[in-house]
Amino acid sequence: MEPILDIKNLDVKFALRTGTVTAIDNLSLSLAKGERLGIVGESGAGKSVMGFSIINLIRKPGYIANGSIYFRGEEISRYSEEEIRAIRGNRISTIFQDPMMALNPVLTIGTQMTEAILAHMDMTQEEAERIALEKLAKVHIPAPEKRLNQYPHEFSGGMRQRIIIAISLLTDPDLIIADEPTTALDVTIQAEIMDLLIELCESEGMSLILITHDLGVVSEVTERIAVMYAGRVIETGPTEAIIKNPQHPYTQGLLKALPESRTPGEPLYQIPGMMPTLTDIPPGCAFNPRCPMRGEICITKRPEAAFADEHTGHMAACHLVSGDLAS
Amino acid sequence: MNTPTSTPILSLKNVVKHFDISGGLLEKLHFTDGRLGLQSTIVQAVNGVDFDILEGETLSVVGESGCGKSTLARCVVGLHKPNSGEIYFRGERIDHLNPKAMMPYRARMQMVFQDPYSSLNPRMTVQKTLEEPLKFHNPGIRNGEIKDRIDEVMEQVGVDPLWALRYPHEFSGGQRQRVSIARALMVDPAFIVADEPISALDVSVQAQILNLLMETQAKRGLSYMFISHDLSVVRHISNRVAVMYLGKLCELTDSESLYNTPRHPYTKALLSAIPQLGVKKSHIRLKGEVPSPINLPTGCIFHGRCPYADERCIREIPEVRDCGTGIVACHRVEEGSL
Amino acid sequence: MKQSLENFKDSYLFYSFKRDKIAMISFAILLVLVVVSFSAPLIAPYNPYDAETIDILNSELPPAWMDGGSTQFLMGTDQQGRDLLSTMIYGMRLSVLIGLGAVVLQAFIGISVGLIAGYIGGWLDNFLMRLADIQLSFATMMVAILISAIFQTVFGSSRYNELAVPLLVVVIGIAEWPQYARTVRASVLGEKGKEYVEAARVVGLSSTRIMFRHILPNTMSSVLVISTVQVANAIMSEAALSFLGLGMPVNRPSLGSLINAGFEYIFSGAWWITLFPGIFLVLLVLVINLLGDWLRDVLNPKLYKG
Repeated sequence: MEPILDIKNLDVKFALRTGTVTAIDNLSLSLAKGERLGIVGESGAGKSVMGFSIINLIRKPGYIANGSIYFRGEEISRYSEEEIRAIRGNRISTIFQDPMMALNPVLTIGTQMTEAILAHMDMTQEEAERIALEKLAKVHIPAPEKRLNQYPHEFSGGMRQRIIIAISLLTDPDLIIADEPTTALDVTIQAEIMDLLIELCESEGMSLILITHDLGVVSEVTERIAVMYAGRVIETGPTEAIIKNPQHPYTQGLLKALPESRTPGEPLYQIPGMMPTLTDIPPGCAFNPRCPMRGEICITKRPEAAFADEHTGHMAACHLVSGDLAS
Repeated sequence: MNTPTSTPILSLKNVVKHFDISGGLLEKLHFTDGRLGLQSTIVQAVNGVDFDILEGETLSVVGESGCGKSTLARCVVGLHKPNSGEIYFRGERIDHLNPKAMMPYRARMQMVFQDPYSSLNPRMTVQKTLEEPLKFHNPGIRNGEIKDRIDEVMEQVGVDPLWALRYPHEFSGGQRQRVSIARALMVDPAFIVADEPISALDVSVQAQILNLLMETQAKRGLSYMFISHDLSVVRHISNRVAVMYLGKLCELTDSESLYNTPRHPYTKALLSAIPQLGVKKSHIRLKGEVPSPINLPTGCIFHGRCPYADERCIREIPEVRDCGTGIVACHRVEEGSL
Repeated sequence: MKQSLENFKDSYLFYSFKRDKIAMISFAILLVLVVVSFSAPLIAPYNPYDAETIDILNSELPPAWMDGGSTQFLMGTDQQGRDLLSTMIYGMRLSVLIGLGAVVLQAFIGISVGLIAGYIGGWLDNFLMRLADIQLSFATMMVAILISAIFQTVFGSSRYNELAVPLLVVVIGIAEWPQYARTVRASVLGEKGKEYVEAARVVGLSSTRIMFRHILPNTMSSVLVISTVQVANAIMSEAALSFLGLGMPVNRPSLGSLINAGFEYIFSGAWWITLFPGIFLVLLVLVINLLGDWLRDVLNPKLYKG
């Protein structure tokens, strides 16, 4: 099947006063229609930059240095601001961590929703309002007619995030990019939002890119995961395969470090060292200084993504997986 | 995890903390029934909490935002004065003491904070940050002794003592949290309140800080009051867990029983909401939303969202009762129907 | 010392200074003006305070490049026969001195009030801030006119002439402290809620120590920013007062009183007595304000451009 989103060899760089750093390094990913993909990584791994680069929202001094992004078969990475605006907020919607940041506090929910529709579609105010109501009902907001005339501060945090999701649905997008959508929320509300995202993707046939640091959340919501480290995708594959049978030593370490993996009270597994800053990414495999299985080749040669399981598409960029390094 | 003794290090007796947020006189003016009167807006953050923390144990307090867990923590270390109720440290009442009388207890109880970016003074080097509490509680201490102590504590928390002259912005989040823990350890406390100490950190760093906390506890025989919303972390490090909702205790029991056989309907909902690796499970849906702590519901504070609530729950406030493994405040559990 | 110099060279402050041409030029001009005015006795060709060097026959000579000008007096002379250039250099010294002095006083009152109001809060905060509001509703001019009028009637004008500098410092200082108090209070309110302050309280430190050792250093960047604006304002206030005859006396003129003195002669053709001090005043205030703008952009983290 034709992928809805296909990123090929993407490089994103930032020109800082201390020199140019590479925030996204040779990243390739593809996403099928209706698929839910999780981007996992720790802070500084480049996962948010990746999300922004898809919709051309990287701020200066950042820029796409190389590679291409195909959305529904069209190359959009070189689009002008005007061309991308027809896609952003229309065919691709975004949901951010803090719902209060994305809502204008002095406008009613109704105004904000109808404005978003009228910006992309040619229709009357009444039609736009009807769509707004329909979408509010879809995200299970009780009494939507009443809610349209309320202001953002009249809603709780969970409700606001539902409204953001309703807004992102207004134009029936093909893809939703959600950047840590549940991090600012309580667990019970997080659970509701996760259920909602799954339900919507299934009923509307939308694709979802879920960017998060929370392995529990991705494992519940997504079908496929890409693990990022130092601006590179180091492992990708079906969610279950990665959680149950991680191939890359970093993914293994990340999972082993979770409290669930040990009996209570025992010391947790610690990945030695720290994530490198973008200015001093080590040569070869970026993870090599912290890797317990490091070999000579890891320092000299950067590993290519290799299949761990060709059937499921489980790949890892590790010399152990490609067989260049004997385990 | 430590094996706790049975003597309490800290006892809370019916602690209540309310905040008046009504502001100035003009904002308090209200017309009711044609008459002008003064009306205050009170946030009822903590509403009568009782429990003991035993010597050497880790007691975690969990709950969602607004449940009063951070306020309770701040009452314990004396940052807030409770409106009523009593707090005892090793049998001595401390909640009503003046700053001077409180001083000896300040060195026995310390706190570790959530945000590693704002919990260290950006204008003070690590050395200044660490030596301040020590000098303050030990006037006349020799400089050599201070230096030795800083080196020792920094080494213990895993920060190179050679970095003592650096400023907080030169450290990563995890290292800052280590410095924050070091600051708490400088005065050699017996009891530490940790308010969400790892929730602002990355997964791999969380493991490091949790290990450090557990290690330090074993080495120094510390007791912890651990505030968190992350139930899987809580399970890992606690002896006992207290679940709070709207400023009240719902359930308090040893951590294994809480996770294996939760009794209170809210605990059940909370546990079902944690995403689990590799398991697609169904979540218990709660009705409605958390009520405002300004107007608390009648009866059981959870009745509006509880799937098992009946008429008695609306009317009558449930007492905290012993249920074998711990204590629960729920009419249904008491009646044996749950 | 060497280390901190290195640190400064690496800092964002220095980096953005090097990239900002306006800031660099402003700084250079300010440096020249300040150095020249403070080394007045060494640089100025004449001493305008020394009555013996002044010859009334030289009064109102035009600048050297004009007809009737003398090469002795580069920018001409004033109505009393003083060399205008020297008088301006000395006058600028007075202006800068009064400006700085007034700002030090403003800062002292304002920072203390802001710190206490912000940290202690409650009714004390209300009281101090209303006091600041009241102070602000009296215009600087009004306060100054009131105080100097009272002073002159009570102590006589010869005593006033002796004490003019400290008096102006006090007048301008008292009139404008609320600016500091408000700024400092706002940043104290921001800092107060941060966890490092709670940590200091858990240790048991006293309020005074927390205020001065922990919170105050963290409000310094906003204090620095308004200080530049306030210095410029204070210099302007002093000039305005002197222009109105309420400031520096004619025998020890500041830039403002020079402009005032020359103003009477502007229509009789001696425009230079007013124009040159005016240009210097504008230049001085302008470069300070431009530097203040730059500093605000750099120190305001919301505008931080990486």
